Amino acid sequence: MSQVNRLNSGNVHTAINREKTVSFKFNGQTFQGYEGDTLASALLANGQVLVGRSFKYHRPRGIFTAGSEEPNALVHLRAGAHQEPNARATVAELFNGLVATSQNHRGPLKYDLMAINDLMSPFLSAGFYYKTFMWPKVFWEKLYEPVIRHAAGLGEISKLDDPDIYDKGFLHCDILIIGAGPTGIAAALAAGQAGSRVILADEDFQMGGRLNSETYEVAGVSGSQWASDAIATLEAMDNVRLLKRTTIVGTYDHGIYSAVERKTDHLLQSDGKPRQVLWKIYSKHAILSAGAIERPITFPNNDRPGVMMAGAVRSYVNRWDVTPGQAVSVFTNNDDGWRTATDLAEKGIKIAAVVDTRSIEPLAKFPGAHIEMGTQVVDTTGRHGLKTIILSNGKIIDTDCLAVSGGWNPNVHLSCHHRGIPTWNTDLHAFVPGNDLPAEMYVAGAANGDLSLATAMQSGHAIANKLAKALGHKGRVKACAKAEDESTANSDFWFVKTDTKARSWVDFQNDVTSKDIVLAQQEGFNSVEHVKRYTTLGMATDQGKTSNLPAMAVMADNAGKTIPELGTTIFRPPYTPVSISTWAGRSRGKEFRPTRLTPSHQYAEKQGAEFVEVGAWMRAQWTPKPGETHWRQTVDREVTQTRNSVGMCDVSTLGKIDIQGKDAGEFLNRIYCNTFSTLKVGMVRYGLMLREDGIAMDDGTTARLTETQYVMTTTTANAVNVFRHMEFCRQCLWPDLDVHLISATEQFAQYSVAGPNARKLLQKVVDKEHDISNEGFPFMACGEISVCGGTPARLFRISFSGELAYEIAVPTRYGVAMMEALMEAGKEFDSVVYGTEALGVMRIEKGHAAGNELNGQTTAHNLGMGRMVSKKKDSIGNMLSERPEMVQDDANRLVGFTPVDKSKSLNAGMHFVTIGNEPNTENDEGWMTSVAFSPSLGHSVGIGYIKRGHERMGEKVTAFNALQNNTIEVEIVSAHFIDPKGERLRV
Amino acid sequence: MIINHPLLGPRDAAEFVYLGDASLMNRPEWKGEEASDEQTEKTLDAYHDYLYIRENKAGEHKELWYHEQGDRSWLIVTRNTITHGISKVELARDIAVANQAKGESKK
Repeated sequence: MSQVNRLNSGNVHTAINREKTVSFKFNGQTFQGYEGDTLASALLANGQVLVGRSFKYHRPRGIFTAGSEEPNALVHLRAGAHQEPNARATVAELFNGLVATSQNHRGPLKYDLMAINDLMSPFLSAGFYYKTFMWPKVFWEKLYEPVIRHAAGLGEISKLDDPDIYDKGFLHCDILIIGAGPTGIAAALAAGQAGSRVILADEDFQMGGRLNSETYEVAGVSGSQWASDAIATLEAMDNVRLLKRTTIVGTYDHGIYSAVERKTDHLLQSDGKPRQVLWKIYSKHAILSAGAIERPITFPNNDRPGVMMAGAVRSYVNRWDVTPGQAVSVFTNNDDGWRTATDLAEKGIKIAAVVDTRSIEPLAKFPGAHIEMGTQVVDTTGRHGLKTIILSNGKIIDTDCLAVSGGWNPNVHLSCHHRGIPTWNTDLHAFVPGNDLPAEMYVAGAANGDLSLATAMQSGHAIANKLAKALGHKGRVKACAKAEDESTANSDFWFVKTDTKARSWVDFQNDVTSKDIVLAQQEGFNSVEHVKRYTTLGMATDQGKTSNLPAMAVMADNAGKTIPELGTTIFRPPYTPVSISTWAGRSRGKEFRPTRLTPSHQYAEKQGAEFVEVGAWMRAQWTPKPGETHWRQTVDREVTQTRNSVGMCDVSTLGKIDIQGKDAGEFLNRIYCNTFSTLKVGMVRYGLMLREDGIAMDDGTTARLTETQYVMTTTTANAVNVFRHMEFCRQCLWPDLDVHLISATEQFAQYSVAGPNARKLLQKVVDKEHDISNEGFPFMACGEISVCGGTPARLFRISFSGELAYEIAVPTRYGVAMMEALMEAGKEFDSVVYGTEALGVMRIEKGHAAGNELNGQTTAHNLGMGRMVSKKKDSIGNMLSERPEMVQDDANRLVGFTPVDKSKSLNAGMHFVTIGNEPNTENDEGWMTSVAFSPSLGHSVGIGYIKRGHERMGEKVTAFNALQNNTIEVEIVSAHFIDPKGERLRV
Repeated sequence: MIINHPLLGPRDAAEFVYLGDASLMNRPEWKGEEASDEQTEKTLDAYHDYLYIRENKAGEHKELWYHEQGDRSWLIVTRNTITHGISKVELARDIAVANQAKGESKK
């Protein structure tokens, strides 16, 4: 009972291994197939003709092709988290234990409840989305869209994390050959023999292309035999790499191609190996030998299961020893269609009819078969599978499989990814690659319109030979193997015209009929691109590989134009669908980007710190102590301990740039808006950097270590941008300056040591020979010192917290040891390690600007630093910051805010309006940039921008929180909540 | 895309950061400390054009690329914006030095 359609023809060239039976499940039912089968060939072998339901009308659909162009036979492959939707059964390699289910139906596949849509088809014509479901407007979101989304569509995703691994890799070659059919193999042999480095890629799991599906002879043996021998020869060559199960999906610039290799898709378990690999292939030249795709003829009710492409029927018979039917008919407009009938008849399959649209002499006769010349198929019957075909001469023929051939289209896809326009070939009635190919791409064989076997192989051989010679590869190249040169005679019959109401399907995957196309044109959609988008023609997983040209034929006829006059749509990568997991590769979850750890990370981890992501950095946010139940308790304690005694914080994430050269000072004068050449050796200065348009770019301190060496710090977020900007200035603007830069961010562990006991603590770790007393090492001093008995270090007396503070830097490898030494020395002072949250609280209390204030909209004038912009020298941003609009008197100014009711808290992002004014855009006077609860003051404080803020001290304004729709009264105060005179810094 | 670095040979574009039109090299001269109002106005106009006005060419385009994942060279890449073909790659510093020499000789 099993495999009722499997032939026992004694075909020795079949690709299946009858020794190895493979068991699989489709819709819960267990079937048997053989190793070498695809899911499609195995389903056909088991007589499973109905495999899915169509997108819109839920029409019964069967297998239509034998390749990646398949529009119908889309299934869910595997189950659970491994489930893959819209897998094409025609390319899914069969393996033991494979589980597949059909898509897009409610209830059983055979009795889909949604098939009612087919009766509703008058309401679901082209553009129905835009017409039927327009009114009333609210119904769209609430009713129409959910219903349509539920009814239409293809496969379903598992909604679980993809458990498989995907990798990315890079390959290099002289010649990339795309497609291992007869042309590609001939090309690979020639290039390989010459000595070129060759990559030969093919999407199939068995190389050979059409040779595996035909009965042609090459070099005196069967084509499939020659192909497998040739592949073995190529495999033995060190300079040739074969990539089977690999689809070249995109053509990119300068000879780069992307390829998806399916590594373990054909296995039950991946066993920790990557399931797929996304290759980036760098090639000097590429030969596109992607063959041709057969196109259908359009006729009424042409979408029934059992109607298939003629070349595909031949594939199933020749390659897989499966007949798609017991009484097969052929409908053709060309000689190649007849080949299906002769191949099948030779294997003893009954030919019911051959229907040829041309009025010529029959090419063959078959016992008991109707041979109908100058005739068309005008209708079909059979609900779940083809039963009869009805001919234009009135004959009704019983048949369960109709092999349709409308000729072959060169597979130009990858030749058009750089917007190349294919040209029309009047002999083939098809598009062939045009003259504007991607650089260094050559097209050979059927892809270039050389449809016969002998011409195809010769073209592949000749192009490869020429390219290899041009590359200087001189190995001896054997002559191209001799092959049959079959007839490729064809005609331009595209679709059957009838007066009946029956629909003719043009695009099976999107349920687009010829009537939809005509309707779209009637409604004024003239361009091919517009018709495509209005009708959804040529969209989704198959991208119209079998439907584009038949649709254009209908369009051209209706418009009274020729097909080339209509033009084509644009081909874009990927050639076949690629899963998002493959694009992502390993860049998922934690590996999405690298994580940078601070030098004291291990120490912070041991103390139980909570970490926060700051760009790629992980920084300690706060470190709770036992008994602390809320982060505020922890942060308040960290601030208080620091302000009362001493605290340490890892500030290594700030960018550090080492600047050296005799013009280093002059260089900094031009980079910063304020002056640095006058800075004394051993001192530090705060610097503000502008963009050329006068907006504040970054700020930080720069220390002068020697006459010719400065060390700059940048904000954490801008470290990379500032360095890039400085290199631009150095190389592109002022190449005459003697100055060199190097990033030293990762070379130093740098800790702030802040609080009234900071010096006392440091004196315990800094080696005695270095005087760090207030007189010997005053505020803003810097110097190279040593700590802990000879470890080199740098000390900067700078303060972000507003306390007596230092930053100490040691080589990164001493990071943990330095922090431990500081904490050990700090025991007697009840020292603390504070995190980024306490750091933020203290800088807000002190009124220091940070990222929230330097947000790319603010000028030095806004920051209250207008006078820092030196007028005595050239610097980046100096000129354009003088524009009148940048220095207006009523501009926003950075000031502090406190709630009038001290029990209230503030929100960053609140907007300010004068009391009594409506809080709206017109009355807006500025916004709160940063807020914190100040443990030092016992209430919330904020800093922010408000118009003329510096002149409005003491004024009360309304702060409006638009998110929570509440307002609060605040008072404008100095931003320096703590120690406004800066006395603590200098003690 | 592949950029043929003058010092390091062919490199994948992923190693680079793109900035934009190479005209950003031609930063106008500062107005000077004692500039008149007229001179200031003229310089402001020059800076405005330098920063905001770009040709949007279809065809050969000189542009700045930074080899951030490499040797930190700023490069001037001549790229055809229609075909992406790259006809020339130069070290920006070499061009800047040459431009400065030209400027000096004019004075």
